[in-house]
Order: sequence, then structure tokens, then C-alpha cells
Amino acid sequence: MTESSTALCAQGAAINKTLITGVIGSDTHIVGNRILSIALEKAGFKVIALGALTPAADFVKAAIETAADAILVSSLYGLGELDCRGFREQCIEAGLDDILLYVGGNLVVGKRSWEETERTFLGMGFDRAFPPGTRTDAVVDALNRDFAARSAPTPSA
Amino acid sequence: MSAALLIDFGSTYTKLRAVDLGARRILATAQGPSTVTSDITIGLDLALAALAAKLGHLPTFAHRLASSSAAGGLRMVTIGLVKELTAEAARQAALGAGAKLVGAFAYRLTAADIGSIETLAPDIILLAGGTDGGNAEVVRHNGKRLAASGLQCPIIVACNRDVAEEVVEGLTSAAKNAVLTRNVMPAFGVLEIAPAREAIREVFIARIVHAKGIDRAAAQVDAVLMPTPAAVMEGARLLSEGTERHSGLGDLLVVDIGGATTDVHSVAVGAPRRDGVVQYGLPEPFVKRTVEGDLGMRHNARAIVQAASSSAFAVRAGLTEAELEAMLDAIEDNVERLPTSPHEVALDEALAWTAVRIAVGRHAGTSEIVQTVQGPVTMQRGKDLSGVTTVIGTGGPLAHGATPASVLKAALADATDPFSLRPVRPALYIDADYLLYAGGLLSAIDPDAAFEIARASLRPLEEREADEPRSQIA
Ligand code: B12
Repeated sequence: MTESSTALCAQGAAINKTLITGVIGSDTHIVGNRILSIALEKAGFKVIALGALTPAADFVKAAIETAADAILVSSLYGLGELDCRGFREQCIEAGLDDILLYVGGNLVVGKRSWEETERTFLGMGFDRAFPPGTRTDAVVDALNRDFAARSAPTPSA
Repeated sequence: MSAALLIDFGSTYTKLRAVDLGARRILATAQGPSTVTSDITIGLDLALAALAAKLGHLPTFAHRLASSSAAGGLRMVTIGLVKELTAEAARQAALGAGAKLVGAFAYRLTAADIGSIETLAPDIILLAGGTDGGNAEVVRHNGKRLAASGLQCPIIVACNRDVAEEVVEGLTSAAKNAVLTRNVMPAFGVLEIAPAREAIREVFIARIVHAKGIDRAAAQVDAVLMPTPAAVMEGARLLSEGTERHSGLGDLLVVDIGGATTDVHSVAVGAPRRDGVVQYGLPEPFVKRTVEGDLGMRHNARAIVQAASSSAFAVRAGLTEAELEAMLDAIEDNVERLPTSPHEVALDEALAWTAVRIAVGRHAGTSEIVQTVQGPVTMQRGKDLSGVTTVIGTGGPLAHGATPASVLKAALADATDPFSLRPVRPALYIDADYLLYAGGLLSAIDPDAAFEIARASLRPLEEREADEPRSQIA
């Protein structure tokens, strides 16, 4: 298989942004996270990959020290909701009030619908949640749009 | 004959080691009192007179090199951002430079923090924070706080390179002595402490030696090269790595028991030794030093006893709790006290054993089994020292104690603490003539001679002694 040369790249405000990636909790599913990290690096982001089995607190510590712009949390093994509890609050506590937070992997557990799952994670303070099988291009695209929106001048009231 | 004189300006003694570089042997050892608080040359002259008495006359020394832990040692404060990240990297750099850490700070310094640093009055401050391109705002804030403080000591800046120059300028324009060096953590999880360590040593030589009055001995000493713990570390590294002509001893551990602290040095990568073990936390320095400020045979004897729990300790020392209490009081009344009665010898052995046990436990890594949905996964924190082949004991209680082998065996792995990654089956040695620091000093000048002399002074602890059951100290 050859690399697709048409893969999306970081654009505008998103270029060179620092992203933290990792698989949260006692989750060892590393493959998707690694593919995602490599793709994001190639797309022009600065990626700090924490790998599998990463405690929530370590995402936050790494983000503080590196002044990261976004944290991308992977959870595959079905305990994502438990592991991600209080994640946004930990970030706020650490002074990362408006860091961009994404979660993805395999978040749906049992018979729950994707819509319900997504609502749960957005309710926990994640900016976006991604369904299983999300392609890396879709992630780059979302980052481009979110960073552009954040850098846009706020309309004066 | 080409002779060298190696001096350790200690807090209690001025120690001398005279060596013959050509014959690769030690000529004589001598010591005098430490007189740094009045005039350091008095103690040095007394020590030299003792040396001359032993040798008949003083040879002409081709090299006269010194290390120092006098006048409180190299007292440092470290500052970083996240406690487990740049703040930890800064601590490692300071410890690796042979400093005595008197304070470690993280995150934004408050006015109260500055107040405590002023009270601590360190010799040097190491300021870190942020990976390169990472957080700039906190180290900028901390730099401003330091600039506005009454602190006069040198400040070494080893932070995010984006703001490092700005921070140095801010400090300099506030008339502080600021030194720029490379970031202790240039990228996330990358520990790069060698440049900071070197900067600390340069400031030590250029300024601290003078500030502490050690340079009064300038006429009798060519150079005061480093703090004594750094010299011991250099000696350990030399023995482990060897030289071009001598192959080294490989992975090793040095345990140094003193009156106020117990130091542990390891020279080993310490990576996981089994497949499937996940390493966790910051990478560890190849040459690592930890200092246990609460484990000293004299100044902290009671703390050692408490760490082991008094009743268990009394049993170990073969004493009643009342006897133990009375003896600890006696030690606190006179920290210079040397053991005379069999009871006191037993107490000292139990103190030494416990200090080694705890200090090596804190230095060595641990493994932990994490239950995952899929089953157990082993996670390793810190260094796996189970493959270390050489353990060396140094310091008075080990060199002069009655049963050094059983004391040093406290460093080894045992079934009661299966998750501590301590050495399993190393050869045990005592640095009988206290030559590690001398080897470290000499390694800069003549590594082969330094290696041979330091190697020859390692006295193997015989298996027979090592296997003897402890009489009073279990
Ligand atoms: C391979 C695999 C394993 C391997 C993992 C090897 C390894 N170290 O990586 C092994 C055999 C060890 C394993 C073990 C287990 N597994 Co498994 N495993 C899988 C499997 C078959 C493939 C995962 C994979 O690598 N996919 C390929 C990658 C490329 O895709 P991806 O991970 O989804 O990632 C992509 C996107 O999702 C996205 N993405 C990923 N993360 C993020 C994050 C963000 C923010 C964004 C935007 C995008 C994004 O980018 C990636 C690239 O496109 C899946 C089933 C499946 N087909 O998905 C089950 C699956 C994930 N496993 C499952 C389970 C239950 C387990 C076990 C609990 C089984 C058990 N009882 O022992 C254990 C748990 C182990 C543990 N502690 O983590 C379940 C999870 C169920 C759930 N979530 O409700 C699954 C879904 C199988 C199933 N249908 O039941 N597993």
C-alpha cells in the first residue's frame, strides 16, 4: 500500500500547533493511536505521543509543560467514560481552561447509540467526540476548523 | 616518582590521600580537622603534617586536587514547572552536580516562596520550566519574582529556550548573577541534564569556592574541582565504565552512609529487563544520585529508627525500647560520638542496615502489576537495578563497622519486598581507604591511574562473612 499523497495538511492557524496524544487508562490498544499520531505529525502538527496506558493526569502534566494547544484522548477498551471522568476539570485546575479536547477510538459500549455516547462525552467537556472508524483526514479537518475558529477575531459586541 | 595529593575538605575532617601515579598505588592517607569556619588552611596544615609524619617527608606533588563538602556543601534550590517534569529534571541536575538540595519548587513562585528561598539562602538557584517551545509564561513569572527578590546568589537558567535569554536579561538588569545554559528538558520526556550540571560546576569553581573561603588554601591546592558528592559520582562512573585500557566493572551501585545523609549512586541504564514490561515516568539519568536527608547515622538517627518503626528497630538492634531511647538521646547530645560498648555497636549496625535498606529502596525502581481488562500488565517506574553486578559501600559506618557485609546486604533484593528492583546477586565491596572521591578527582588528569588505584582499594566482602547470620541485627 502506498501513502496517499492527497492527505490533508494543517492549514492556517493550525500549522505547528502542539498536540498531545495517548491512550487513556489501562488501555493497551495502541495501533490506532499510533497511526493517528503519525498522520498528525505528517500533516504539520507538533505531536507529543504519550502512548498506551496513560493516566489522565499525565496528559494534563505534559500539556502544561509543553504549552499544548489540544489533547487527543484515545479509548478503545470500553472503559472510556470512566477513565475520562473529570478530565476537563483537571485541565481547568491546571490552568488549561480552554485547551481543545478531543476523544475518539471505540467509545460506544453495549447497545448505546453513537448519538447518546457523543452527548455523554460532550457533556463531560470534550469539544468533539469521534466514532469508531474515524479516518485521520477527518481529524485533521476538524483541527483545522477548530483552530481557525479560535484564532478568528471575536466580533465586538 | 610522580605523586598526587587528593584532598576532601569535609564538614568534620580534612582528608588527604597521597598516591603514586607511576606505581599506581596509594602512598598514605591522613586527616585533620575541618577548619573552614575559621581558616581552612589550619586543618589542611595539620592534615599535611600528619601525612608527612607517616611518609617521613612530603613528596613533591605533581597534582594537588580537592573536592569540598565543607561549609554546608553546595546548597541549592531548584525551580521548575510541573513537579514530575521540569521540576524533577532540575532536581536531578542539581543532585548530579553533587549539590545538597535545600529546597525544590514547582509552578508559579508566590511571594511566600520567595520569602522561604531568601531564608534558605542557597549558594546557587537552578531555574527551569517549559519544554523548548512549550510553556513560557510560568518561567517568565518566576524569573521576574527572583529578579525582584533580595537574593544575591548565582541563578542558572535552564528553561524553555524561547524565553531563556529574556529571563537572563531580566535577572541581569536587576543586578543578579544569571547564567544561561541549555534546557534540562528540551522536549517532553527528554532529560538533558549534562549542560546544567556543567554550568553548576563552573559556578561552583568560579564563585562558591571563594564565597565559602575554601580558596584561602590556594597556595597549597591547584584546584578545587567539584563538590565531594560529585567526585564520588565521578569515581563510580570511572569504575563502571573503565578507561581505554581497562574494562570497567559494568553496572554498579554505590551506597555512601554519612552522619547527616545517605547517598546512593547508580551507574546503569536500568531499562526493563523483561519483555512486555511498560516503562513509566521520566527517563532516568545513566549516572543517578539520590540523597536521603532524613537518613544520617548521627544527625538523623532518630529519623532512621522512626522510619523502621521503633519497636521493630529495637528488636533488630537487640535492645529494649527504653535502652534505645536513652541511646538516641545520647547521640543527639553529641553527634560526634563514636560507638564503644557492644550495645552501641549493635545500635550503629542496625542504624546503618536500616539506612541502606530504605535509601536503596528509594533509589531503585519499582515494578507494579496493573490489572487491565485483558489481564495483568507490569509497569516499571525508575531504574531496574536487578542486573547490577557490583555494589560498593563507602563512608565510615561501612568502612569501619564490624560486619560491613551484612549491612551492605540490606541493599539487595529480598522476598519481603518483591516489587523493589534492587540488585539480586552482585559482588559486594567496601571502599576501604575511602578512595572513590580521590579516583573521581584524579580521573580528569590520569584516568588509567585513577582506575587502577580506585579498583585496588575495593575490598571484596568475602562470601563467608556475607553468609554469616547476623548475630544481633537480623
Ligand atoms: C487489535 C485489538 C486488540 C489487541 C490490541 C493490540 C494492541 N496492543 O494494540 C488485543 C488483542 C491486545 C486486544 C485486547 C482487548 N480488546 Co481489543 N480489539 C482489537 C481490535 C480487533 C482492533 C483495534 C485496532 O487496532 N484497530 C485499528 C485502528 C487503526 O483503529 P482504531 O483503534 O479505531 O483507531 C482509528 C480511529 O478510531 C481513530 N482514533 C483512535 N483514537 C482516536 C482518538 C481521537 C481523539 C480521534 C479524533 C480519533 C481516534 O484513529 C485511528 C486511525 O484511523 C478491536 C476491534 C476493531 N475492529 O476495532 C478490538 C476491540 C477494541 N477490543 C475490545 C476488547 C473488549 C478488548 C479486551 C477487553 C478483550 C478482553 N476481554 O481481553 C482487551 C483489552 C486490552 C486492554 N487492556 O486494553 C473491544 C472493545 C469494546 C468496547 N469498546 O466496547 C473491541 C471493539 C472488539 C469488540 N468488538 O468487542 N484487542
